[in-house]
Amino acid sequence: MKSYVLSAAVAAILAGTFLSCGKKSNEIIIGGVAPVTGEAATFGASTKNAFDLAIEEWNGKGGIDGKKLKLAFADDKGDPAEGATVFTKLIQQDKAVAILGPVMSKVALAGAPIAQAASIPMMASTATNPKVTLVGDYIFRACFIDPFQGTVGAKFALEDLKTKKAACIFDVGNDYTKGLSEFFKAKYTALGGEVVAFEGHATGTTDFKAQLTKIIAAKPEILYVSDYYNDAALIAKQARELGFKGPMVGGDGWDSPKLTEIGGAAIEGSFFTNHYAADDTRPIVQEFVKKYKTKFGAEPDALAVLAYDGAYLMFDAIKRAGKLDGPSIKAALTATDMAVVSGQVKFDSDRNPVKSAVIVEVKNGKFVYRATVNP
Amino acid sequence: MAELFSLQQIVNGLQLGSIYALIALGYTMVYGIVRLINFAHGDFYMIGAYAAYAAFFLFNAYIAPGNVLVFIVLIVAMLVGAAVAMLSNKFAYKPLRYKPKLSSLVTAIGVSMFIEYFFSAFPPIGPSPRGFPEVLPKVMWTMGSAQVSNYVVIDLVVAAALMTGLTLLVQKSPLGRAMRAVSQDKDAAKLMGINVEGIISFTFLIGGAFAGAAGLLAGLTYPRIMPYMGILPGLKAFIAAVLGGIGNIPGAMLGAYIMGIAETTANAYNSLLGEGIAFVILILVLLVRPTGILGEKTADKI
Amino acid sequence: MGTIKLPRLLIAALIFYVVVTILSLDQVHILNGYFMVIINRSLIFVILAASLNLINGITGQFSLGHMGFAAVGAYVSGTITTLVLKLPAPQPGFWITGPIFIFMIAIVIGGIAAGLVGFLIGFPSLRLKGDYLAIMTLGFGEIIRTILNNIDYVGGPRGLLGIPKFSTFTTITLFTFLIIVLLRNLVQSSHGRAMLSIRENELASELCGIDTTRYKVMGFVIGAFCAGVAGGLLAHLLQLAHPTQYGFLPSALVLIMVYAGGMGSMTGSIFAAFSLTFLTEGLRVAFDNIPSFRIGTMDVRIGTEWVMVIYAILLILIMLFRTEGIMGMREAKLLIIEEKKKK
Repeated sequence: MKSYVLSAAVAAILAGTFLSCGKKSNEIIIGGVAPVTGEAATFGASTKNAFDLAIEEWNGKGGIDGKKLKLAFADDKGDPAEGATVFTKLIQQDKAVAILGPVMSKVALAGAPIAQAASIPMMASTATNPKVTLVGDYIFRACFIDPFQGTVGAKFALEDLKTKKAACIFDVGNDYTKGLSEFFKAKYTALGGEVVAFEGHATGTTDFKAQLTKIIAAKPEILYVSDYYNDAALIAKQARELGFKGPMVGGDGWDSPKLTEIGGAAIEGSFFTNHYAADDTRPIVQEFVKKYKTKFGAEPDALAVLAYDGAYLMFDAIKRAGKLDGPSIKAALTATDMAVVSGQVKFDSDRNPVKSAVIVEVKNGKFVYRATVNP
Repeated sequence: MAELFSLQQIVNGLQLGSIYALIALGYTMVYGIVRLINFAHGDFYMIGAYAAYAAFFLFNAYIAPGNVLVFIVLIVAMLVGAAVAMLSNKFAYKPLRYKPKLSSLVTAIGVSMFIEYFFSAFPPIGPSPRGFPEVLPKVMWTMGSAQVSNYVVIDLVVAAALMTGLTLLVQKSPLGRAMRAVSQDKDAAKLMGINVEGIISFTFLIGGAFAGAAGLLAGLTYPRIMPYMGILPGLKAFIAAVLGGIGNIPGAMLGAYIMGIAETTANAYNSLLGEGIAFVILILVLLVRPTGILGEKTADKI
Repeated sequence: MGTIKLPRLLIAALIFYVVVTILSLDQVHILNGYFMVIINRSLIFVILAASLNLINGITGQFSLGHMGFAAVGAYVSGTITTLVLKLPAPQPGFWITGPIFIFMIAIVIGGIAAGLVGFLIGFPSLRLKGDYLAIMTLGFGEIIRTILNNIDYVGGPRGLLGIPKFSTFTTITLFTFLIIVLLRNLVQSSHGRAMLSIRENELASELCGIDTTRYKVMGFVIGAFCAGVAGGLLAHLLQLAHPTQYGFLPSALVLIMVYAGGMGSMTGSIFAAFSLTFLTEGLRVAFDNIPSFRIGTMDVRIGTEWVMVIYAILLILIMLFRTEGIMGMREAKLLIIEEKKKK
């Protein structure tokens, strides 16, 4: 057994090393990081799909300067330690010129210093923690940061929905949902509203009734659900069962066809802040939705959109840079002004995208455009 | 503090407890006979939910949602759960029966990991959550200040029925007598002409079937299924079984309801407490009364 | 602890250190940064596996929450170094106040904090055994994780950020070496034999006058201390600590290493920590290179998500066909203390 394991390990490593040595010079290696195993695998799967789609499209158009793009993908398992390992692998072993991903802030925070030290630009697709891009000037992101969406949601709830009393529910083990709720609460209170209940739930739970019963007893007019779609849909169902009648508001984590698949009638008439609306008539949006559906047999979620946009922003920068070294790509990224699925994107001085948010309404099982909010 | 113990919270707790009870019944039975913490039990439950999901779409073409369909789906879920449990027993646990007990425990962790990762990696299933269909139309009743759905009633009734059936089986039938004999002393049972491996296999069959049924009911009650859905409920159901006295069938049920209500109350109080309450209960039980509420004291033989 | 001859192990460690350092030099470039990351991770896993082996393999207890101890070490040492860094810059020249020294102290304090937690968990273990103990330690691990998730001072679900990067190949090797020496000397001392006797037969060892209570708690405390050190090193390597890193699954991975290597064999744990870490990376590289194929209209790609499936199968196979692990109870000569013959 000993010799088996040992020789298997050695063989696998050698094979890997040799295979990666046979690199062709007419290829541009792009690193991709997302969790495809573990509890965040749902989010990683659609992110990876989007990377694949973006690469396929660019290669279909002839690649960049006649060179084909090749995705070197690595699974971070949603674990920072794993993230640090794969970042090093992509940069040192696969010689990636840029990195797309990861999905989660904690992994991004472990990987970013490595990318920064190696001067490899990185485009975090959905890492919303403000500190991610502060690691250094090579770290960019394609998504909103937590404060922005929470603020937009609070303003919308107060001014458009004309409510005065709100309640929040969020996942205590997830920085994204906790952050959104905290910023929602801060803004809602600052603008004169009252947050009557602020309840967390454990990660991975399916029963939210205890918290919801408590929330409903406090009689809020709206419920801010900052969870991802899979939890948000269950929360909506249980809230309705317990007799909550008001609208619910959420963040871009809601954007997935699974929201209505799981939530059904319970989620009807709810709103969420997003990057785009699927009924947006811009051809870039329609084409993306169509292509994604054909290739993967499912509608894209917010994670796919942001990963796709991140890839486009990065490829566009590589093309404009004309060179493959980190500083040139970084400089080109900084000067980005590009229309992607989630809107017209520019980067601010902290390398966060400046783009408008859209309020989407859930109507007849479809996501319908409601309003645009500028930053 | 009034809302902590409102009628609604008690209903919520009972519903959660019912799901724990269904998982805990299978858990406690397997433990009672084989003395193995079958970490994969929560995953049998997940498989049951997926089997029910598949069966629904398979038969929905011919039968409209309603009682008949529920029955068919239930049977499929139980059969699949039982089959997976028996297979796990045959290939992973049986060869280790007479090795140190903890090797089986580690193997069980391996089986659990295998099922979860395989389901997540296997393309037709994949890691994405799925919405569980309403196999049975949902009806809501208002009882005083509480909202009660027919699912709560179904969960309660099924859990109670299965518990009663299982108790009768174990206490009154010849098969049950054989099971109890195996549980007490495998070697002596063998000498008495009992087919020990057969009994153990049967135990896994029942345990797996229960997990399958629990999977269906969980799918109905919390209509979202995913490959990792079994980890947390599995762990908490096990804690419930320990609380009630592991190996004791009514104990598992009692423990599960106590857990359900305790967790609901704790969650209503504070999410930190709600997240940790199950483990706090576990540690308290193990420190104060390791045999559980209804468990009998057994001298540790050496 | 009698006469201890270090040189052989020390020489081996020095050779390992020098060879790896030379191979990783930019001019030689046989081991690139990726390999260095794998080696660093392996070394941290060596500490984790060897210390879990002390609890599970030597003392015959069972812990499923080993990463909980690591979490304590990571958070405590990480908090210390981040706090100290915020102070006015230490005066250069005085090595006592230099950052590396503070780092070392912080790691040890983190280990001690973890050891205290191990003491708390060790006590209930006196009443429980086997699988009850396993589930109890699992519960403790989860409670630690839950608490960390809810303390905003250490970042809550955002994790503890901004930890300075002090863990390097040198510091990690140093700590790993020290811990292996500590564990080896402990196991081969009379204390270690007392622990082994508890594993073999608790009642009999009690009848022989061994204070089983003391040794069981001792096993937990020292095991937890080492795990705390490993956690601290990991946090300073990744520059962050996050509650989810210390859940049940990572603990299970360490457990797999202990079982694969052999219960009670330090050599086995070291070997398994290295080979399984390398195997995981090897599988990753191998799976990355499997081309996709089409079934109907769907692109099917056997990707890295299958690595964990293989890992799980491997664990089951090891348990089925080599329950005693790769090394069984044997130790490599390097780890055996030579006894001077007394006349």
